Amino acid sequence: MEVTVTVNGAAHQLDVEPRLLLVHLLRERLRLTGTHVGCDTTSCGVCTVLLDGVPIKSCTYLAVQADGRSVETVEGLLEGGQPSPIQAAFKQEHGLQCGFCTPAMMLAAKALLADNPDPTEDEVRWALSGNLCRCTGYVNIVRAVRAAASAMRDPEEASAPATEPSAEREPEGSGEPRRGAPVGQEVSA
Amino acid sequence: MLPPPFDYVAPRSLDEVLDLLAEHGDEAKVLAGGQSLIPVLKLRMGAPAWLVDINRVGGLGELAEDGGWLRVGALVRHRDAERSALLRERHPTMAAAAPQVSDPLVRNLGTVCGSLAHADPAGDWGAVMLAVGGELVTRSREGSRTIAARDFFDGPFTTTMRPDELLVEARVPPRPRTGGAYLKLERKVGDFATAAVAVRVTMEDGRIGDAGIGLTAVGPNNLEATEAEAVLAGAEPSDELFREAAELAARAASPSADTRGSAEYKRNVVRVFTERGLRQSAAMAGGI
Repeated sequence: MEVTVTVNGAAHQLDVEPRLLLVHLLRERLRLTGTHVGCDTTSCGVCTVLLDGVPIKSCTYLAVQADGRSVETVEGLLEGGQPSPIQAAFKQEHGLQCGFCTPAMMLAAKALLADNPDPTEDEVRWALSGNLCRCTGYVNIVRAVRAAASAMRDPEEASAPATEPSAEREPEGSGEPRRGAPVGQEVSA
Repeated sequence: MLPPPFDYVAPRSLDEVLDLLAEHGDEAKVLAGGQSLIPVLKLRMGAPAWLVDINRVGGLGELAEDGGWLRVGALVRHRDAERSALLRERHPTMAAAAPQVSDPLVRNLGTVCGSLAHADPAGDWGAVMLAVGGELVTRSREGSRTIAARDFFDGPFTTTMRPDELLVEARVPPRPRTGGAYLKLERKVGDFATAAVAVRVTMEDGRIGDAGIGLTAVGPNNLEATEAEAVLAGAEPSDELFREAAELAARAASPSADTRGSAEYKRNVVRVFTERGLRQSAAMAGGI
C-alpha cells in the first residue's frame, strides 16, 4: 500500500505491506535506528515515538495507520544541529547508562513538557511509567527531565551550573557520597 | 515479530465498516487502538484475513452526556477518559479506573470500547461497566442492539456480539449521590491486574440505594458480584455490612493460580479491595 508519512518534518512516500510495523518502517526503510526494539510485546516502551506529538509504542502500531500523519523520532530532537534542552539535560544529569532506553525517555519527556512545563517529580515518574530502563537509572532520568523543564522555562539559567538539581541529589538522611555520580561534573554549589 | 499477512482497509464511513463486517464476518477484525489486537496478531494468537481500521470514521470519538447518560464512543481513548473532567465529576468509578489501565503509552492509543470488545478477563473496563450498570451499543447492517454489561461477557475473550456487529459506544446511566472506586493490584505499571475490584455505591435517603461490584482477572471473564450487591441494596452503610459484602464478593471470584499469585491469595485481594472500595465509595457519596 502507498502511504505518505512525515518523519521528523520530511514527507516520505512509501509502498508498504499492511503488516509492517511502524518501528520497522523507521528502522529498516528509513534507516532511523535511534528508535529501538526492546521487548517487542508492548511492555517496555523502548520503541516510543511521537505520533502527532503523542508518545506511542511504534512496535504496536502499523505503518499504514500512520498514513498522512506526522512522526517524530529521536533523530528529530536536534535543534539547529545542537542538542535540544532535553538532550542537554540528559547528558548533564547523566540521565542514561547503557543508552538503550534513552531515545524513548527523551521523547516521552518531550511530550510531557509540551503539556506540563513544570512537572513535579511524581508527574515525571507518572508520565514515564510506560518506559522501562533496564539499567534501573530512573533517579537520574527523572532529574534530567526536571532539569530540562527548568532550562526550557528559563533558558538563561540553563547555561549556569545546575545548582538546584544538585541540591536535591543527596538522599535524605544519607551523608554518603552518591555512588555512580559522574565524576567531575556538576559539583554542588 | 511480524503479524501474519492480512488485507487492510480504512473506511471513512460507518456504513462502509458495517458492509465490510457483514461481508467478511469473523474473517475481519476491527482495529481501533490496536493495543490488544496488534499484540494478538504478533503473538499469532489470531490471524484474521481483514483488518478494518475505524480510526478514519468520523463521529466515533465522543465522550459526552446525552439526556443524562454518558456516551463513550468507539474511538474514545483511555487517555481521553483519564483526562475527562466529566468523568471526575459524575462517574467516579470510571475516573478511578482510567489512569490505572496499562501504561501511559498504551492509554494514548487504546480505546475503552476496544478493551470491552476484546473481553480479556483481566481487562479493567469490563469490571467497571458491570459496577456502573453500563450498556454496550452495537451496530450492524441489521440495525442497532443495546446489550447490558452483565449480558455482554461470555467467557475468555468472548462477547455476545455477532461478528457483523461493531461496538459503537458504551453508555452509562446518570446516578446522583454516587461514589466509586477502582482498586487494582499489579506487579508493575502496565502489567495486567493480579486482581482488581470496581465498586459503585449510590446513596438514597441515607441508605445505600444500590451498589455495583465488578471483578477483574478472577474468572473466565469480568464478573459481577451479584450476591454482594444484593445485601447492599437498601441497607444502611456500616463496617459490618461492608465486611459481609466483601466476603460474598470473594466467594463470587473464581481465580486461577498463576505467576501473579495463588487462587487463595487473589480471592483474599478481592475481599480486602471490596471492603476498602465500599468504604471509600460510601464516604464519597456522603453515606458515612
